[in-house]
Amino acid sequence: MTTPRPETLAKLTPVLTKRWLSPDAWQLRTYERLDGYAALRKALKAHPDDLIQLVKDSGLRGRGGAGFPTGLKWGFIPQGDGKPHYLVVNADEGEPGTCKDLPLMTHDPHSLVEGVIIASYAIRANRAYIYIRGEAVHAARRLRHAVDEAYARGYLGRNILGSGFDLDLVVHSGAGAYICGEETALLDSLEGFRGQPRLRPPFPATHGLYACPTVVNNVGTIASVPYIVLGGADWWKTMGTEKSSGPMIYSLSGRIANPGQYECSMGVTLRELIELAGGMKPGHNLRFWTPGGSSTPLLTADHLDVPLDFEGVAAAGSILGTTATQIFSDQDCPVYATYRWLEFYHHESCGKCTPCREGNYWMVRVYRRILAGQGTHEDLDTLLDTCDNVLGRAFCGLGDGATSPVTSSLKYFKQDYLDYIEGRKTPRLSEKTLVGAH
Amino acid sequence: MGFSDETRERAREIIARYPADRSRSALLPLLHLVQSEEGYVSPAGVEFCAEVLGLNKAQVGAVATFYTMYKRRPTGDYLVSVCTNTMCNVLGGQEVYDTVAEYLGVGHEETTADGKITLEHAECLAACDYGPVLTVNYDFFDGVDPAGAVKIVDELRAGGRPTPSRGARLCTLREMSVQLAGFADSREGAVADGVPGEPTLRGLRLAEQHGISVPGFDPNTPIRSKDAPAPATPAKAAPTGSTAPDVKAPDAKSPEVRAAETRQPDAKTPAPDSPGTRVPVDGTAPAPRDAQAAEAAGVAENAPAGDGKPAGDSSEAQERSLDEASASARSELASPAVASEKEAQQ
Ligand SMILES: Cc1cc2nc3c(=O)[nH]c(=O)nc-3n(C[C@H](O)[C@H](O)[C@H](O)COP(=O)(O)O)c2cc1C
Ligand code: SF4
Ligand code: FES
Repeated sequence: MTTPRPETLAKLTPVLTKRWLSPDAWQLRTYERLDGYAALRKALKAHPDDLIQLVKDSGLRGRGGAGFPTGLKWGFIPQGDGKPHYLVVNADEGEPGTCKDLPLMTHDPHSLVEGVIIASYAIRANRAYIYIRGEAVHAARRLRHAVDEAYARGYLGRNILGSGFDLDLVVHSGAGAYICGEETALLDSLEGFRGQPRLRPPFPATHGLYACPTVVNNVGTIASVPYIVLGGADWWKTMGTEKSSGPMIYSLSGRIANPGQYECSMGVTLRELIELAGGMKPGHNLRFWTPGGSSTPLLTADHLDVPLDFEGVAAAGSILGTTATQIFSDQDCPVYATYRWLEFYHHESCGKCTPCREGNYWMVRVYRRILAGQGTHEDLDTLLDTCDNVLGRAFCGLGDGATSPVTSSLKYFKQDYLDYIEGRKTPRLSEKTLVGAH
Repeated sequence: MGFSDETRERAREIIARYPADRSRSALLPLLHLVQSEEGYVSPAGVEFCAEVLGLNKAQVGAVATFYTMYKRRPTGDYLVSVCTNTMCNVLGGQEVYDTVAEYLGVGHEETTADGKITLEHAECLAACDYGPVLTVNYDFFDGVDPAGAVKIVDELRAGGRPTPSRGARLCTLREMSVQLAGFADSREGAVADGVPGEPTLRGLRLAEQHGISVPGFDPNTPIRSKDAPAPATPAKAAPTGSTAPDVKAPDAKSPEVRAAETRQPDAKTPAPDSPGTRVPVDGTAPAPRDAQAAEAAGVAENAPAGDGKPAGDSSEAQERSLDEASASARSELASPAVASEKEAQQ
């Protein structure tokens, strides 16, 4: 393995991940030794509005995929309205390719708990929830343990550190539904209903959990807050680019020598990330990749130098999403990859709206037919036409996201589709998968 | 089936975690709880949840059937979930699944005759950097191949408990369901089990080897107070570092057209908020007090929105959701989106 060049290494910015190297950082005593809860003490001395302003000044944007400015979101919470406010952490990590929140909660759960307390204080919430994906059992163990420790030490509960501020925090496990990552579906699920998205407006900022003002933020967003409180907005902005400030955990998977988590300054390129990861796996050449999970349109080897920040990826026709870069090579088939993602969207569609429920059902069948060597040229039009009827017409982002791999793979890899249809490529699926396809 | 006193006591503890008038929030943990006693969500389990929450069985059943982790048939001691989503799939996960299924003679969500193993194929388990992965009762076995997976299930069937790659030592699925219901893992030392795998630490090790850290971090940096002398930042214009995507209503296009455009960005489109969550912004928050006043007016005018839910729950709920619908139509005025759109138009 060749060593990355110094200028590439300089893109590494270990901030949120740094404590993962200390094996006991999940325990309160180690966490406290490593700056833990210093930010909370500092924050409780400040005015909540000043904390909101601080987060605005830092330029922090949501790490859950949408990149919404966090301080602005907090500022939308009406103050003095006499209603309870809630903070809900979205720990439902389920976007295919995404794998940054689970290690954070497993190895440094207190940083999330500390962020929750500061954020709740800022938006004047006395009750917070962490909605964690059901399957994430070890992360949940560590998180529940951290919450118990924080209560015992007076960081949670009544009159926190003598400040007069009260906060209760509940870790709530989901039960296996990707759609519950969508913030309004999450709120319905947390209220004890099927996890199906809500109509907006009204937005969660005014009518969220229990129809009260609610902030929903991703794990990485909230875990960033203590660092901003300690180091300040200006320090935070020394990392990243003008409109995408700070560090970001890039999750690399697939055909590279060393898959894993690489926390870098926002705006790093895939070329640099692959260099950090020791290059491609021997015998593999980059063919296609997702910049931020399967719901973000595929990119190709032509996009190796796109800056991976919100603006850069959008300019390249995709979305930064969750910075889950799944890397595929010339030995992987984009048609099959897309098919498998569509099976996922079809399975996870909540069924509330017709375009997504029916569109994904039928697109899966068209893919099976193509991959079984029975596709027709019209099938490609059918796919595009279906995507047209899903994108922008689906009730939530799941439906929109499902069209991303389809339209982008057709854009860059139409020949692969034609090779199946025109019999130049050996079918990947057997005909018995075709039951029900017309 | 009568549920044990222990389960009833736990049910009370679960309900106590949520605000008194919001006990329905306890439903997901309660469903995990009944699964911990019976190994699946049985009609009796549904009835139990309905009883303790004052719901009817249809309401509970509708929720139980929505979520993948609630099983509708009895399960084995160990749930083996093989990830077959795209990344694991191309790295060999599909062969792992096919091999194990054939070896055990069971398909998706089926249980071996000895009652030991329930098999399923799973969607992305948020461990792609370790792919292909499988989990046993949701604890990870990383980088598995067909032979390795067969070894794991063999050991499980022989009464052994192979050690997961990360995460805690194995327990049974029923014991795991107690944890999912929100209770601490009662096994001595289990929370401490497991060390981070190499992929998790890779970027950090590189940084450490090369002595890289982020300079300029001073934990005593003061938090600026709004009462203090104003910094260089202008108060109203887009504050420094404010990165609000500029998706305010910029033209007379219909919202539908605009939605489609922001959802399908091209080089000219700024990064949208997650599709569907378009809170149009222009970099400046609407003055909280305006929103507050509008909100208060809305509240005065409308009964507070309850957690009324789509039709089918009860006629009462139906009425409530109708109320809510009209309330939300009217409260648009109070929504930040509209507030800033209006601001933008001015
Ligand atoms: C289908 C779908 C799934 C989502 N899944 C997640 C998720 O698992 N975790 C997450 O933080 N955000 C997820 N989001 C984004 C959330 O809706 C929301 O934008 C986010 O939690 C806001 O937090 P942030 O501003 O801190 O990023 C998802 C969105 C959609 C449409
Ligand atoms: S787009 Fe899909 S997931 Fe979203 S509401 Fe419609 S059916 Fe449900
Ligand atoms: S695809 Fe298997 S863990 Fe993500």
